[in-house]
Amino acid sequence: MFLFIIKIVTVVLVFLTHVAVGVYAERKLMGHMQARLGPMRVGWHGVLQVIADGIKLFFKEDIIPANSDKPIFYMAPILGVLAAVGSIAVIPLWDNFSIANLNVGILYILALSSVGAYSIILAGWSSNSKYSFLGALRSSAQVISYEISMGLSLVGVMMLAGSANLSDIVRAQSGLWFVVPQIIAFFVFVVSAIAETNRTPFDLPEAESELVAGYFTEYSGMRWGLFMMAEYVGMIIMSSMAAVCFLGGWSGPEFWFFSYVPDVIWFILKVYAFMFFYIWLRATLPRYRYDQLMGLGWKLFIPLALANIVLTGLVKLL
Amino acid sequence: MESGQDNNSRIATKELTLNMGPQHPATHGVLRLVIDLDGENIVKCTPYVGYLHRGVEKLAEHRNYMQVLPLTDRLDYIASMSNNIGYCTAVEKLFGIEITERTNYIRTIVAEMTRIASHLLWLGTHALDLGAMTVFFYCFREREELLDLFERLCGARLTVTYPRIGGLKNDVDAEWLEDLYSFTGRFLEKVKEYETLINKNRIFLRRTKGVGVISAEEAINRGFSGPALRGSGVPYDVRKFMPYGVYDRVEWEVPTGKNGDVYDRYRVRMEEFRQSNSIIRQCIKQIPDGPIMADAPKFILPPKDRVLSDMEHLIHHFVLITKGPQTAPVGEIYVPTEVPKGELGFYFVSDGTGRPYRMRVRSPSFVHISALPALCEGELLSDVIANIGSIDIVLGECDR
Repeated sequence: MFLFIIKIVTVVLVFLTHVAVGVYAERKLMGHMQARLGPMRVGWHGVLQVIADGIKLFFKEDIIPANSDKPIFYMAPILGVLAAVGSIAVIPLWDNFSIANLNVGILYILALSSVGAYSIILAGWSSNSKYSFLGALRSSAQVISYEISMGLSLVGVMMLAGSANLSDIVRAQSGLWFVVPQIIAFFVFVVSAIAETNRTPFDLPEAESELVAGYFTEYSGMRWGLFMMAEYVGMIIMSSMAAVCFLGGWSGPEFWFFSYVPDVIWFILKVYAFMFFYIWLRATLPRYRYDQLMGLGWKLFIPLALANIVLTGLVKLL
Repeated sequence: MESGQDNNSRIATKELTLNMGPQHPATHGVLRLVIDLDGENIVKCTPYVGYLHRGVEKLAEHRNYMQVLPLTDRLDYIASMSNNIGYCTAVEKLFGIEITERTNYIRTIVAEMTRIASHLLWLGTHALDLGAMTVFFYCFREREELLDLFERLCGARLTVTYPRIGGLKNDVDAEWLEDLYSFTGRFLEKVKEYETLINKNRIFLRRTKGVGVISAEEAINRGFSGPALRGSGVPYDVRKFMPYGVYDRVEWEVPTGKNGDVYDRYRVRMEEFRQSNSIIRQCIKQIPDGPIMADAPKFILPPKDRVLSDMEHLIHHFVLITKGPQTAPVGEIYVPTEVPKGELGFYFVSDGTGRPYRMRVRSPSFVHISALPALCEGELLSDVIANIGSIDIVLGECDR
């Protein structure tokens, strides 16, 4: 039991460290993509910037709007982080290593990401601000639509693997990564994952040009920091899902010295490749409009995902 | 209770009134919009202006003509050179001063530089509002070079106050012209770079095409000018129709759009980058030598070394500074110039004293903001941002 708790704490802390790495990587990469340097002052090339930001957030005044629904206002960011961090439990880092080897791993992650949507809605509602409210409304619509297409895109994977257990899915890819037979599902999944984590070009709930900061307009200090943390953990979870379900999880090439590289390195590499893609998109693309986003989700991605299921089923039957 | 059950299918709905601004990241300054929303659809949009009102027009009545010049910097503060030139052109026309050839050329060059700098800021913020972050930094990289050139020219980067009534603060040197020429050589490549980022981007196209459409007829009726009018296909440009500077001596075209939507206005401004660039290059090639101050001693300060050495010039200088030119003609005049935002007009009523009896500024931003309800109503909340960006407003100029 004690060992198990140590395992949980270690894994969660490792993931949270990667949040810091992710934030730093995002600022640095975007800086260089945008013809500037990114953080440079705190530590060598700004490596301590994230820590400095974290300390700053902790010591900032915790401002609660006078007319807000206070218990819910307190709860919303915590709920968001819990939902995001909870998803870590089922991610297999290497063979036979995950906090909980759940047989319904995929469903568990989908369920928790829906809980994450609650934090956004509650935050927007309890802030008693119109901008937050609009952000929350957009978010609920967006998350509901894209959760469907994401869930449907993963159905194809589950059909091929014959399991909803993430470790089994990775093992089923020992011959061929699912990205090849499930290329349509992969495409749908990637787009839905971006929408699910509210990242550019689907960052409508927090569209700063229209809604100031969307659902967390009224938040400041560490509560704001928790939302940010939830977003980055969400990004890492979605990247891990992409790696596990489509890119073969911890498996890597098995020849020459590559076979000596620990499995977890392959996993981390895949996750970071996906994170890079997230950041790259953010530096490149404008933002979709609300109706266009919904149109895209319902008219393109859900039919595509459904077609993929039918196709996979047919191929499997024949 | 009964009526509630009867109307179960029809729940009473009310529009949401959203107050956007005066502090809001996308309203480009202190514009305040009160928007009635039905879901995300805009039912009504009411702009409120005046948060940056400093009474420039009234202040001008208490200053002599040359003291008004720095106030015009603060109208459209991101294109201050154009305002200065517009003001000086108007006052010179009122006084009947003929400015020298070299000054004409230099003014045209700096006006076009300002147009590029202003359009760069517009492009950066417009793209940023639509979510494309990187364009913003690329634009500011080039804008920085232009501002550095301004700094070398006259010491100021933003509020330049470089032109003077009847001439300029100082002459340009050959090295400065050379550096500007090399900038214009590089600049077209950069314009292509911006275009690769957004020109064919599907998301950008969907956000801008068919959004904020205004027909040519309505644009004219509403008093549109500048790129906003040309985006609707009306080839009206003050530089072509009422040439000042040397615009009639260089070759350039008036780019126009067709559909009058946000995208066409964007295209027009992107073309203007190229036209302005070519105007600057032609001007640098053609620029003649000569004096920069006009020969109009009644309105222009005497040279400083003469002021310090002989009595007549000292008295003359003193009178011009304290009372303003004493021989201003009586009458009224309206002189338009084409600034980056559109047609900037200065209207003077002169009573023959050293101060304008009345100065009225016809600012394009004010006119364009008045069309915001027409552009936005019936569209979505996100389109407000696209529309504000596409008409390119500066509140300093609107509120004056």
